[in-house]
Amino acid sequence: MSELLVVRPGPLTTVQDLGRRGVAHLGVPRAGALDQPALRAANRLVGNAPDAAGLETTLGGVALRALGPVLVAVTGAPAPVTVDGRAAAWGAPVEVPAGSVVEVGPATAGVRSYLSVAGGIAVPPVLGSRSADLLSGLGPAPLTADGRLPVGPRPPYRDRPDLVPLPAPPVELVLRLRLGPHTDWFAPSAVDRLARDGYRVSPTSNRIGLRTEGPAVARARGGELPSEGMVLGAVQIPPDGQPVVFLADHPTTGGYPVIGVVPAVDLAAAAQARPGVPVRFVLLREH
Amino acid sequence: MTAGSVRRVGERALRVELAGAAEVAALYGWLREHQAAGLLGEVEELVPAARTVLLDGVADVGAVAALLRTARPDRAAAAGGELVEVPTVYDGADLARVAALWEVSEEAAVRIHTEHEYAVAFCGFAPGFGYLAGLPARYAVPRRDTPRSSVPVGSVALAGEYTGVYPNSSPGGWQLIGRTALALWDPAREPAALLAPGVRVRFTAVRA
Repeated sequence: MSELLVVRPGPLTTVQDLGRRGVAHLGVPRAGALDQPALRAANRLVGNAPDAAGLETTLGGVALRALGPVLVAVTGAPAPVTVDGRAAAWGAPVEVPAGSVVEVGPATAGVRSYLSVAGGIAVPPVLGSRSADLLSGLGPAPLTADGRLPVGPRPPYRDRPDLVPLPAPPVELVLRLRLGPHTDWFAPSAVDRLARDGYRVSPTSNRIGLRTEGPAVARARGGELPSEGMVLGAVQIPPDGQPVVFLADHPTTGGYPVIGVVPAVDLAAAAQARPGVPVRFVLLREH
Repeated sequence: MTAGSVRRVGERALRVELAGAAEVAALYGWLREHQAAGLLGEVEELVPAARTVLLDGVADVGAVAALLRTARPDRAAAAGGELVEVPTVYDGADLARVAALWEVSEEAAVRIHTEHEYAVAFCGFAPGFGYLAGLPARYAVPRRDTPRSSVPVGSVALAGEYTGVYPNSSPGGWQLIGRTALALWDPAREPAALLAPGVRVRFTAVRA
């Protein structure tokens, strides 16, 4: 079994797989990669199963020394990839010899790059997942300099794709919205305004929620709901009226009204939207 | 008893709104039984809360919604959860305040808290933090005006009608009445949470 030594952890780099399931009733968030198609693509490129754990960087990349030879691939936010300072491919498998440093530079667009290594990051799973959950602190802590990451056994050779389709980070973030369950907490005009008015991604966004800034969504009544179960993509409206879209580390229950829910497939783009990117909510019709 | 009002949440979830905690417990128990028997199809999460049950990651939303509309959960079934005893040292920093709110002595407050049986209504706030219902409504207490920046692990505390036991050290605004050495939360253990929804709980007073 090989290991990766953290040379430069970057601003926030975490181990992520597809997250935890079946434990929300215990108050355990789902966690997992925010841009799941990007992690899946990185895993395909190195021959891993889709749910193998990789690394999720945040804007500033990461640098790792391979203590044994490894095969890696970087997807998600486009970024310069180097091996011992020499340019290597982004979005394609890259062989890293033993002792060499593979570096993901600052993202040139988007927010989160994904680095998968053949065999996966083999930290011990917690409640069925290796993901770091930054809300409750479950799973491995974010990477720190000189930390070591175990790498699982390299999977048997399979017909790996050399390239996979990788969408570009959004210039405008379009989030479809299925209204409810608390639409009656808002004036009908507030729902129309949410769909019409422009919002922007707030710099206070994190793995828990994509915070947006724009005209306050007016509530038709005050107070809080009795706490209830929350889903991925729920758009909560806190008292300040600024919509928050729940991402993977969201709390399992919440007490602010939810004006609508963004389909999970739209959240990969949300994971890559930088602060200041315009956000447009598009209402889905009931069917 | 009917299953309450069923609403779709997003693409793959259903939310059932109910009259209160007893109805939530009954429906949650009913859903767990039906899930164990393979009668729900694929459902990733069943999340009870104060007045709702959320079903998330539902493969066939239409079929499960139809099933929920015909559900007749039996309250008695919900009362059969396993019993966990929580040995508690009643020396919490807010015990005097709680006794004063109840207009009884501290000894009587401990007696009141230990003589009731509780059930975990739901979890939230932190992994393994159960909201324990069972205290009569007249004993409801407000949260502290100023939350503590750090509440020690194992603190037994009250807020509203609920009792909670802090599974980890964390900030918190509940009124602290005691502490237990029982490890309520250990993600490496099966079960990870001793106080999972549906579990019955009794507190017993022990010496420090």
